[in-house]
Amino acid sequence: MRLADTLRFAAGAALGAPLRTALMALAMAIGVAAVVLLTALGDGARRYVIGEFNALGTHLVIVLPGRTETGGLGIGGLASSTTRDLTLDDAEALLRAPGVVRIAPLVVGDAEISTAGRLRSVYVVGTHADFREVRQVHVAQGQFLPDEGLHHGGNWAVLGATLREQMFGSSPALGALLRIGDRRFRVIGVLEASGQGLGMDMDELVLIPVSVAQAMFDTQSLFRILVEARDRDAIAGVKQAVERILQARHDGERDVTLLTQDAVLGTFDRILSALTLGVAGIAAISLAVAGILVMNVMLVAVAQRTGEIGLLKALGASSGTIRSAFLVEAGLLSLAGGLAGLFLGYLGAAALRIALPDLPAEPPAWAVLAGLGTAIVTGTVFGVLPARRAARLDPVDALSRKS
Amino acid sequence: MAQVELDGIDRIFHLGDATVHALRAVTLSIEAGEYVAVMGPSGSGKSTLLNLLGLLDPPDAGVYRLEGRDVTSLDPDQQAEVRSRRIGFVFQSFHLVPRLSAAENIALPMTLAGIHPDERAERVRRALSDFGLDQRADHRPDQLSGGQRQRVAIARATIMQPALLLADEPTGNLDRATGLEVTRLLEALNARGTTLIVVTHDPAMGQRARRQLGMEDGAIFSDTRGAPP
Repeated sequence: MRLADTLRFAAGAALGAPLRTALMALAMAIGVAAVVLLTALGDGARRYVIGEFNALGTHLVIVLPGRTETGGLGIGGLASSTTRDLTLDDAEALLRAPGVVRIAPLVVGDAEISTAGRLRSVYVVGTHADFREVRQVHVAQGQFLPDEGLHHGGNWAVLGATLREQMFGSSPALGALLRIGDRRFRVIGVLEASGQGLGMDMDELVLIPVSVAQAMFDTQSLFRILVEARDRDAIAGVKQAVERILQARHDGERDVTLLTQDAVLGTFDRILSALTLGVAGIAAISLAVAGILVMNVMLVAVAQRTGEIGLLKALGASSGTIRSAFLVEAGLLSLAGGLAGLFLGYLGAAALRIALPDLPAEPPAWAVLAGLGTAIVTGTVFGVLPARRAARLDPVDALSRKS
Repeated sequence: MAQVELDGIDRIFHLGDATVHALRAVTLSIEAGEYVAVMGPSGSGKSTLLNLLGLLDPPDAGVYRLEGRDVTSLDPDQQAEVRSRRIGFVFQSFHLVPRLSAAENIALPMTLAGIHPDERAERVRRALSDFGLDQRADHRPDQLSGGQRQRVAIARATIMQPALLLADEPTGNLDRATGLEVTRLLEALNARGTTLIVVTHDPAMGQRARRQLGMEDGAIFSDTRGAPP
């Protein structure tokens, strides 16, 4: 039998039982749609997270005191007391490393702030004017911390957007006096609302010069040093230089941990990719179920068309011809179901994008191909048994049954 | 050399504990172009004989030579090939594929044999006009009368120009007039050289054949040559 004839014959046979065909295609479609939609969701989440990270600036090297294999970014990941502190002099030394554009040391602590009778506890971040460039924060009102060198600083405060709202409400904040701990600061700027970043809510903190913060918290040590490399390619060199400089300054002890955006990004990428793969796997189970349904339905088809199979044999069809006709029928049904599933899946993903505009819920190409491929392969594999049964029917028996 | 030679054919069915000798030591020889009626009561083995001649049923013992070739020892695919090229079947209940049109039903053996679509179309067109079905080409079986259905079935059985045409009660589901019409059609094909073997209950139809085989209990008990009609 010619291929085109086999296809036409199988398609005709499938369309000859529209309800059976539609139900089977639907089962396949749901499986494929599940794969497409769930991977779209997973991959969308992955790309959302990566996009957020990239927005932070991509060529940062973050220096943490203490040597840990798995450094965290959060405030909870403070250095253990046994390691040598990172100091402002360390930070200053890093500025001289090749490939380093600018640095921003961080000192973090919490303190009570108050103004005009309002009082609350906030995170106070001591840093330097370059923090604005390094972290790409935007000033909504006034100015950022002035560049007074690392070791000097006035009592200036820059507020996060939410904090300003909470402390000052509708009254003007710029130029106002603010008590932080036991010192008085003048508000010189307010940041634009930006949300989370580096494990801190930028909208809820107050920025002051790093030397002032050190004096206030009575410490010499830094929480982090953010080092900005010239570009992405310079990161590796900068990491080595930072390591070398700090080792030399710390009596040969390698007691810092370096994090790069790339590493953090890579970790998230891996976690979310694995997650996407996992959901795709779960969705693929529904495809296997659909495959078993294909087998069931094809077995019914063989039983229903027994007389026809006997006839085909009497007309000179070989077992191979009959087998391939039924296999092709199963394959076509799976393909139709798979394509319908793709359509449903893309439709669902589009609906998701409308419902959650921030989430780029695009089904990845590999998932689309894998979903469709699995559908066709399982449908055909599960079509083998019915097709073999059809091919093995005894023609005399088959003919004597009513078709 | 006879076209069909059966030599000591046995066919045994096991139904539970019972053993049924559907064919016992059948020895038979049929020349090309003969017109043979196989007659006998139900269960006499005449349908089994026809299925055996059509290579649908293998014998348990004996040799079947078709056109001098031992076909009992062929593998299933080779037997399918013989069925495809040399043998045509006509059934009592027509056995048309319900979802295919008359033309597609007629073309089915050629489709299965992988004959080129152009040639199929040409031969189907000729068959439709030969069998008076030009106006029915696109009709599905349920849109055809019984006589038309059997004409489609006969057109299908002969489209591969087989040497041997096997008909199992071809008029059994038809009224007398239509049955006679179908019988004449089969006889006309026989007149053009196709060997025709008809299984029938109907003595009137049986008498039309030039040779009658009487069967009982799996054996041929009479082999007479009647006068041509």
